[in-house]
Amino acid sequence: MAKVNIIGAGLAGLSAAITLAEQGYECNLISNFPSERAQSVLAEGGINAALDTCGEQDTVENHFEDTMRGGVYLADPNAVWGLVQNAPQVVQRLADMGVPFNMENGRILLRSFGGQNKKRTAYAKSSTGKFLVYALIYESRKYEARGLITRFCHHEFIRLLLEEERGVRVKDTYTGRQYDFVGNVILATGGINGVFPGMTTGTVHNTGDVTATVFAQGMRLSNLEMMQYHPTTIGISGKRMLVTEAARGEGGRLFVNREGSPWYFMEEKYPELKNLMPRDVVAREMYFVVRREDTDGQVYLDMRGLPGDVWKRKLSDLREELLHYLALDPAKEPIPVEPGIHYFCGGIDVDERHATNLAGVYAAGECCSQYHGANRLGGNSLLGAVYGGKVAAQSVMADGDMKPQDGSVRAVDVSDAFAGEASPALIEELGKHLYEGLGIVRSEADLSKALGLVCELEDTCNCQRETARIALAKAILKSALARRESRGAHYREDYPDRDETFQRITVADAGEGKICISWKDIPERRGV
Amino acid sequence: MREGSRIQLQIVRRESTEAPPYLQRILYETPDPNATVATALTDINKNPNQKDTEGNVVTPIGWECNCLQKKCGACAMLINNRPMLACDTKLSEYGKKGVIRVEPLKKFPVIRDLIVDRSILQENLKTIKAWLEEPVLLKDKQYDVAYEASRCLQCGCCLEICPNFYAGGTFAGTAALVPVSRLLAELPREEQKKLAKAYREHVFEGCGKSLACRKVCPAGIDVDKLLVNSNAMAIWKKQL
Ligand SMILES: Cc1cc2nc3c(=O)[nH]c(=O)nc-3n(C[C@H](O)[C@H](O)[C@H](O)COP(=O)(O)OP(=O)(O)OC[C@H]3O[C@@H](n4cnc5c(N)ncnc54)[C@H](O)[C@@H]3O)c2cc1C
Ligand code: SF4
Ligand code: SF4
Ligand code: FES
Repeated sequence: MAKVNIIGAGLAGLSAAITLAEQGYECNLISNFPSERAQSVLAEGGINAALDTCGEQDTVENHFEDTMRGGVYLADPNAVWGLVQNAPQVVQRLADMGVPFNMENGRILLRSFGGQNKKRTAYAKSSTGKFLVYALIYESRKYEARGLITRFCHHEFIRLLLEEERGVRVKDTYTGRQYDFVGNVILATGGINGVFPGMTTGTVHNTGDVTATVFAQGMRLSNLEMMQYHPTTIGISGKRMLVTEAARGEGGRLFVNREGSPWYFMEEKYPELKNLMPRDVVAREMYFVVRREDTDGQVYLDMRGLPGDVWKRKLSDLREELLHYLALDPAKEPIPVEPGIHYFCGGIDVDERHATNLAGVYAAGECCSQYHGANRLGGNSLLGAVYGGKVAAQSVMADGDMKPQDGSVRAVDVSDAFAGEASPALIEELGKHLYEGLGIVRSEADLSKALGLVCELEDTCNCQRETARIALAKAILKSALARRESRGAHYREDYPDRDETFQRITVADAGEGKICISWKDIPERRGV
Repeated sequence: MREGSRIQLQIVRRESTEAPPYLQRILYETPDPNATVATALTDINKNPNQKDTEGNVVTPIGWECNCLQKKCGACAMLINNRPMLACDTKLSEYGKKGVIRVEPLKKFPVIRDLIVDRSILQENLKTIKAWLEEPVLLKDKQYDVAYEASRCLQCGCCLEICPNFYAGGTFAGTAALVPVSRLLAELPREEQKKLAKAYREHVFEGCGKSLACRKVCPAGIDVDKLLVNSNAMAIWKKQL
């Protein structure tokens, strides 16, 4: 029977696999690491759904509006409507699978998250992602035992097969052997952290190589300039560690010392949502306050006012983490925080059905550009990964373009140009230039300079993966240069205002070795 | 300001499963007071000119890591003879004598250098049929058990230290006990039975209850509590 090939076994990949299996379809679930190691396990704060269990009259329409407004109207409204409308069902299904969401009298409790003025985020203390992943692993295991899901862990993506046969070439990292998997492909490979090595809150093995490679192979990417900085991260060895937004959702407050006394700048400037403004706004305010002459240049997160019960029942893991990494007790001392790269709103361009521009290839989860527009709301990406994986699987089934040989695996004994590893030194240098250009506050000058430096690296490339990485880097910078306005995560000091003529999506294409940035219109919202 | 570290890292390496192991000594210095074994391995691999103490160029060291914040279980290895997470082992704490010895876990087949094949963890859970057939309703009192059990990283440290576990044996150890505890806490009474049988065979009967596993668990999972709870439900048939 025809099988679907899924690359990536985080939440999006698992969700796609389970959706197929529930309908009796078979799949190969391929990933460089087992699901237990996927970035999804790091998610802390929670998952959004208008469950309205807190008596606030929350509705799906409210969730829709918040998501569109948060993304500053750069997302496909029809896709977003599907997401928010299905969210309560998605969360209920996860609860049925045994996710220990915080509950009270049989109701799932909700917490406040940024950019939303209703309580809408379901959570399991501050380890929500972990529990979601484990619940889906259990579910997947059931179908693995029944032969519907076949796992290929320690198998790394090399490239798509786009010749007469479509499919994907992978390498077993244990043996070094290569295999071709024939048939439809769902990419669920997560965000491109490795493009910014050591500078993100995400995981090491989401290297960005998959996105870079498929881009070189003709895949369209979109909204690349929309990289989200999370306001509250701390530097630990080798990475930025997230301090979950739930800290502010539960009452944490940001301040900076101004002329000797704490100034709760968010509360003064934004009396309604205060510390829970969308992430782009908070990160930018932090950027500006630390540069003021009357402040001491460090923002703190003040959680001293949180009741003991909140620490115990809702944020126990966060407290342990801060004690462990900073030797600071957040219940007693303010925590020094800085913004850090956290989420890639853009990525592989997909339509409402999660199909890409390449026939037979679909994408879901953080690797694709869907739902979040110019800025993602906290709690919407776990939802986007689980729901997106499901939609991608449904689309593969609906498209029905499967042949009996699909899913068959063939050992191949050729050296593939895309199989070489990029050198860590080049990755590091590339990341540094990108970071300089793509800060919280950007300008034509900084972006052009970064682009120049990236282009200089082109001559030093030794393998196709390096070339592909440089092309991806250029595409991100060019997208940011093209957007001569400020919107969501993309703030240009030379164009500080929003410009409605730019209410369009940047699309990057790597045709004929040249990178082109074009614009895609946002579809009209259909009647509901 | 706390200081950085200067240590000799002694790494037990092996080019492939069949190749003989050898010890490589590398001097590593860092100003970062929080640097861990993971930081050292990352930095060493980043430097194409890194030499060992005998002047040989260090080829890339195979090891696994992903989250760097003790949440994914990838980086488990033997450090000074104790199973630990590389990203949770600070050089300043564990390299006091100036030397840190790093080896692959020994209970699992070595693939290369510090990479071992831990797929037996997933296989064992498949054998035990650790999954839910029907939707569950979490009762409030089981929440704590379900929560505690969901914290397992599937890192394998508990299996490494356990005197009774070996790959391929019937006994599946704490790495199975913990996830199964969640199911036992969640399943309705009638459905517990099948799982209880597997639990008896693959966990209860093999375990000497010395709790060496608890001491090394990097997630600090309350193994005794889960053990008591699961034994009560699966073996002594008490509904807690
Ligand atoms: C610290 C942190 C906290 C977060 N908190 C929240 C939150 O509270 N709420 C929320 O909604 N979102 C949160 N997010 C975001 C959210 O966790 C992610 O966007 C989401 O989990 C992504 O899921 P995914 O399945 O797309 O990707 P991932 O979970 O990243 O999975 C990617 C998969 O692809 C595989 N893969 C990658 N590259 C290759 C390759 N080359 N070959 C083969 N396989 C490959 C990996 O092994 C993995 O299995 C958080 C993120 C971080 C980093
Ligand atoms: S209690 Fe002892 S025998 Fe039982 S799993 Fe732990 S280490 Fe092994
Ligand atoms: S119980 Fe602890 S030591 Fe064992 S696999 Fe789980 S996290 Fe690792
Ligand atoms: S890298 Fe994830 S636990 Fe160490």
